[in-house]
Order: sequence, then structure tokens, then C-alpha cells
Amino acid sequence: MVDAFFAVFQRPNYLTFVVIFLWGFYIMVTRYNLVKKLIGMYLVQTSVIYFLVSISAKKGATVPVLLSTTEPVQAASYANPLPHVLTLTAIVVGVATTGVGLALCAAIYRKYGSLDEQKILERMEEIEALTNKKFLKD
Amino acid sequence: MIFSFEIPLLLLLLVTAAGAILVKDLMSAVLLLGSYSFFLSLVWAWLGAVDVAFVEAVVGAGLGTVLFLLTLFGTAPKDTRLRRPPPSLATLIVFPLLGVLLLYAADDLPEFGNPKSPASVHISPTYIEQSYQDTRTPNVVTAVLMDYRSLDTMGETVVIFTAGIACALLLRRNS
Repeated sequence: MVDAFFAVFQRPNYLTFVVIFLWGFYIMVTRYNLVKKLIGMYLVQTSVIYFLVSISAKKGATVPVLLSTTEPVQAASYANPLPHVLTLTAIVVGVATTGVGLALCAAIYRKYGSLDEQKILERMEEIEALTNKKFLKD
Repeated sequence: MIFSFEIPLLLLLLVTAAGAILVKDLMSAVLLLGSYSFFLSLVWAWLGAVDVAFVEAVVGAGLGTVLFLLTLFGTAPKDTRLRRPPPSLATLIVFPLLGVLLLYAADDLPEFGNPKSPASVHISPTYIEQSYQDTRTPNVVTAVLMDYRSLDTMGETVVIFTAGIACALLLRRNS
């Protein structure tokens, strides 16, 4: 248990990842406002990407662009490029899906007049009651 | 390059993330999220991931913040001040438990920046050493993204195209 405690402080990248990931997830679960939920989702996405990129870092290595194209390449002197490639795709797709979520928020606001989850639920029940009443009358 | 000023940068990251979460006004939260994205791209440039840093600065901090702001301008400004519900008992139990579990797993991970970590010795040296002979591109990230894995990149553009169509359909005025 003590070892685990010190292991965390030897890995500040992992500690940062865990804090941002859990806090963003907590915001997604507990807050009523839909845009705030999307902010939490964005934090979760970026924290996972940050964790992947921090795995690719090597002590004493430089960016994965070859310094010389004629001499033989030493793999240990360049950062691991594969997590970079994966996370490039993940960032762009993440922002695209966040955009869809925000468009959904705008559509919901246009229909129900609020972004608050509780108010939207109340409004939905009102609309349902109204349509039921109309249905019974006919 | 690495490991000289990691703690201040990570602290900045945590502070801006906490600001985006704790601030009650949505507009300020979105702007703090944009600054969080910029600090994140700074961290990535410092870790040696320059391509990821560029993309985060342009797409994450630029486009993402613009999308959030457009949504906020499209919805009512009176709706932006938030009330904060009290946390339920289940979340108070589950989240600390999850946190302890995740931190307990830290001991099994390779050290930060260890050149001998499994991710850095398995397949990636092959890519770094072979990519110039195979593709004539000095930037290894570009070589993998646009050459070895170009079909996956096409799949990514399909996802972005679908997202664009979905946004256009959702935001149609006369539906």
C-alpha cells in the first residue's frame, strides 16, 4: 500500500489523468445543465488522450521527426510516434462528436426552452399530458 | 526538453480544468475550457508530440471553443447561471472508490518517460527506423497517418463528414 502511494507520486502524468478523468465523469453524472455535461465529456476525452500521449514520452528523446535522413536512425532518440497518430484521430473525432452533442443541445433548447435536465423533464410531462387530454377529447 | 518544468504545467492544467468545472457562469466555464485546451497543447509540445499539440490548439481550443460559444449564443443568456444539485449517496460512494482503484493501479504502470517501457520497445522502433525507406517522409507521424494507416484516416474523415451532416440536419430551421 505504501509502495502504491509513492508510485503515484513518481507518475504525475497518471495522477493528473485520474483527477481530470474522474472529475469530468462526475460532472457528466451529477450536473443538470446539458452544456455542463458536455464540458465534463470534453475533459474526459482530453484526459484519456493526455494519458496516451504521456505514455509515448521518453527521457532524452526529441520529437518524432527524423534529424538526418542519410545516417541510420536510433529509435531511442525519438519519441514513440504511434500514440501520437492514434490521438490525432481521437482529438478530431472527439471535437466532431462534441459538435453533434452541442447541435442536439440547440435542438432541445428550441423545442423545450431550457437546457436544464429537470425543467426539460417537467416540460415533456406537460406536453404529454396535453396530448393525452386532446386524445381523450377526440 | 522533458522533465524540467512538468509540475507547474500540470498544475496549470489542473487549475484551468477545475475552473471550467467550478465556475457557475457557463460562458466563463467555456472560456476556461478553451484555456485548458491551450495548456494541454503546451504540455503535449513539451512531451514531444508536436503534431498532437498543433491539432489540439487548432481543433480543440479553436474550433471546440467556437462551437461551445455558438451554442451558448444560440440558447438564452438567462439560462447560463447554473444551480448545483447536492450529490447523491451513490456518487459519493462510487467515485472515491473508483479513484482509489485507479490510483492503486499506478504501481503496475511503466515509469513516466521510461525508454524501456513496453509501448516504446515493441513495434514503434520498427516504424521509426523503417519509415524513411518506405515512404520518404522524415516526419514519422505523417508517414504512419497518411501512408501506413491511410485507410483509417479515410474512416476518420467519414466520421467527421457524418458528424457534419448530423449537425446540419439537427439545426435545420423548417423541420
